[in-house]
Amino acid sequence: MLPVLQIGPAAIQLPGLLLIAGVWLGSLLAERQARRLGLSGDGIERLILVALVAGVLGARLGYAVRFLEVYARDPLALLALTPVTLAPEVGVAIGLIAAWVYGQRRRMPFWLTVDAMAPGVAAFAVCLALAHLASGDAFGAPTGVPWAIVLWGMPRHPSQIYELLAALVVLVLVLRLHPGAPFPGFAFGALVAFSAAARLVLDAFRGDSVMWFGTLRAAQVISLAILLGSLAVLRRLTQPSADAGS
Amino acid sequence: MYGLSGARGRLLMAAVFVLGSAWILATRPAEGGVTSGAIPSPREGFAAPEVDLERLNGDRVRLSDLRGQVVVLNVWASWCPPCRAEMPALQALHEHRAGQGVVVLGVNSTVQDSEQAARDFASEYGLTFPIALDRDGEATRLYQVRALPSTFFIDQQGIIRRVVVGGPLNPSVLETTVLDLLGEGG
Repeated sequence: MLPVLQIGPAAIQLPGLLLIAGVWLGSLLAERQARRLGLSGDGIERLILVALVAGVLGARLGYAVRFLEVYARDPLALLALTPVTLAPEVGVAIGLIAAWVYGQRRRMPFWLTVDAMAPGVAAFAVCLALAHLASGDAFGAPTGVPWAIVLWGMPRHPSQIYELLAALVVLVLVLRLHPGAPFPGFAFGALVAFSAAARLVLDAFRGDSVMWFGTLRAAQVISLAILLGSLAVLRRLTQPSADAGS
Repeated sequence: MYGLSGARGRLLMAAVFVLGSAWILATRPAEGGVTSGAIPSPREGFAAPEVDLERLNGDRVRLSDLRGQVVVLNVWASWCPPCRAEMPALQALHEHRAGQGVVVLGVNSTVQDSEQAARDFASEYGLTFPIALDRDGEATRLYQVRALPSTFFIDQQGIIRRVVVGGPLNPSVLETTVLDLLGEGG
């Protein structure tokens, strides 16, 4: 665990740096994949940029709406350079909507475009796991297994390592798929299915799970739903009548 | 194709549903298997480690005595520029919220500073909130402080709810986080 890299007087937040590296690497892979699929690499780059900018703005505004009185008193706080005052769930939703609108306006083929994003998203997931490793977030449940690591006061499953290994396996699987084959949407659908399956399995070893009804791990239930949903979409896309390229 | 179409696809989905549900049920955590807040550790969701330190004015301050109030525990040193930059915001928070169940607790990392420098610093910035002296570095170690300043937002139950490493803190971070915690406290 290394949350802060102290270089002289500068305290660099390593998890944040890793996430930025993930965005950069993800964009690079998405752009490359787009060209292999016969799409415009620049178009994908702009799409990612639009999603990121809209996502960050949306996350800040989403947070500010909760504390209107504070931000009305000090509107410049909207521009504060801190990740603390963001509402991530709002940001993700706004970013996805902005990307969808941009893609529609530019008439980008939906399934090929999300296929182009698949290796990039998988690479970002690897960097996210590294960020968790650096920060100690997404930590494991207490355990007595010989490979336990002492973290946050007790021996725990090295859940960040499990997450990293799973993300690497998913990345390799996605990179091994032939671009656009066997049908548009397959690579992205497979990425979502693999990732959901990995989370479904690995969340069992997490020590920070949000619980539903006091007994079920929310992430596992959601992952199973996403896994089944992605399989259903893939099934739909295999039907000859599916409008796969649109 | 890929075993997804027709009857094989339906069978696959049914198998995934059954196996997935069985896995979820089989791996339900035992009590205390997920963060319960009972373990003292310097991160979100965990109980704030106890500190019992002497204040600049000679009194003692013990974190557990502040239970029931929102505590903003700020670790600082006089030589640290971002610590200096954020002190006015912490003092303003103390002035506005002290009567509303909010305690700003400054912890001078005296082990890497000096008592006199801390005293001069408090006087220079007109700080009126309690300032504790971490002479032997115990609090700095317990809170795993790797960079100064570091700020820990602790709720009324003594659970750390937010950690901000580095600074200076934007006043909006202080104000909104404290409002959030006060709102939860009822």
